[in-house]
Amino acid sequence: MLLRGSHVIAEAAVRAGCRFYFGYPITPQNELTEYMANALASLPDGVFIQSESELAAINMVIGVSMTGKRVMTSSSSPGISLKQEGISYLSGQELPAVIINTMRGGPGLGNIAPAQGDYLQATRGGGHGDYRTIVLAPGSGQELADITRMAFEYADRYRIPVIILGDGMMGQMMEPVEFPDPIDPKSLPPKPWVLDGAEGRPSRIIKSLILDTSAMEEHNWKLFRKYEAISREVPEMEQFLTDDAHLAVIAYGTASRIAKGAIKRVREMGLKVGLLRPKTLWPFPKRILLQMSRTISDFLVFEMSAGQMLEDVKLSLEGRGRIHFYGRPGGIISTPDEIAKVINNIYFKEGLERE
Amino acid sequence: MLIKTIFSGFGGQGVLMMGYILALSAMRDGMHVTYLPAYGAEVRGGTANCTVSISDEEIASPVASSPDYVIAMNKPSLIKYEGQIKAKGTIFLNSDLVDIDPEREDISVFKIPANTIAKELGNERVINMIMLGAVSAWTKITSLDSLMNGLTEVIKTKSSKQMGINKKGLEIGAEYVLRGA
Repeated sequence: MLLRGSHVIAEAAVRAGCRFYFGYPITPQNELTEYMANALASLPDGVFIQSESELAAINMVIGVSMTGKRVMTSSSSPGISLKQEGISYLSGQELPAVIINTMRGGPGLGNIAPAQGDYLQATRGGGHGDYRTIVLAPGSGQELADITRMAFEYADRYRIPVIILGDGMMGQMMEPVEFPDPIDPKSLPPKPWVLDGAEGRPSRIIKSLILDTSAMEEHNWKLFRKYEAISREVPEMEQFLTDDAHLAVIAYGTASRIAKGAIKRVREMGLKVGLLRPKTLWPFPKRILLQMSRTISDFLVFEMSAGQMLEDVKLSLEGRGRIHFYGRPGGIISTPDEIAKVINNIYFKEGLERE
Repeated sequence: MLIKTIFSGFGGQGVLMMGYILALSAMRDGMHVTYLPAYGAEVRGGTANCTVSISDEEIASPVASSPDYVIAMNKPSLIKYEGQIKAKGTIFLNSDLVDIDPEREDISVFKIPANTIAKELGNERVINMIMLGAVSAWTKITSLDSLMNGLTEVIKTKSSKQMGINKKGLEIGAEYVLRGA
């Protein structure tokens, strides 16, 4: 099928057994909401609500998640900021949910062009309190389908909100895509913690208000141990032409595609350059990056921001390698030629060996 | 091989549909494709454009900073994209709505009076298929047969009368080019 990114996410969510969607419109991701309206209205167990605000939408997500059903909301940068309170509550209450952020230029209302300025917000928790969310970064139409399925799996496995961090380009672009077989929500394993009526069993409470400081600390450590497990089990990185590379470009999402195009061009000129593409932004694939520093001397971080993932790259490399940065914020989409020039400059300035 | 094509015109001229059918047809031919519609805060009657990339390998960027082909359905589209076309690229003009000539001499220009042809056909709304037929015949990006199949897939829910006139549009556009060449 040839489908636009927002439709791919929506269809993949329905196929992952998601029957509940709540959202408030915002460009450039309205096609996702539109698709969900149609898809869920045509399913007997589907519930679609266009809420009166982003706050309402994320709180509806909390309510459904408490009942154990797979649930999703989506928005773009300014709308995701509004949802942060709810995401903090989801995290405190250990509730699974999938949240799509189709990033646009910012801060403030910004514009509606593709950007990557919400990296730090997404990977550092975003709302108040000591928590993290899993953040996935798709790089193609097909990966949008696969990653959406994974997002629901991770959310349920770890009882955690999962953010899919795309951008306006990923949302609008059409690419060929094949979907996995649909999951019947009834066939999903039961969750032993849900609120579904306490008849015949002791009642359960799901809350994030823990006034006793020792109990709150204990809860924080419990979350922390979960995040540690996720950091071991979930990180994923695509490596492209890195085996013989002296320089690696590190980029995610739309920027990684542009970087790939640039790398193909400079390879033709004999430059040994590869691509490292994190598919998970939190947890960041630190270990793989650190390993790469044994053979790669130079790293070029390329982002559609003024430099955010750059911080994670520096933290991961722990002082090893030379780190360079190139970024275009505000919704500018660099061309592969532009990035090829940047690579060229660094390659020759550092005197790296040519083929 | 990587071919980038920009379709541009007024909202309502079927510009996005042309690009979509081309991308779908090329995908069915087994090619890698991306289709990127412009999604500014545009209004009806404002500008609309889309970029189609077709390649035999993975496509890096879906954006075309120097397209191989531009299909300009109106005058503002010519003005906007003339400077960006790759040297030795081709611009296809809807000569009914574009009354000026490109200034560049390193590109080929192909003029198709799409509105006039469509009027003769009895439905001005098929100007997009006439242009697409012409583009396919001239560039050979994809065959007329593939476009016909793509068209069938896209408008399968519509009446056979609409299907007929759209197919006729593709054929006539292609013939116009072949006669002229």
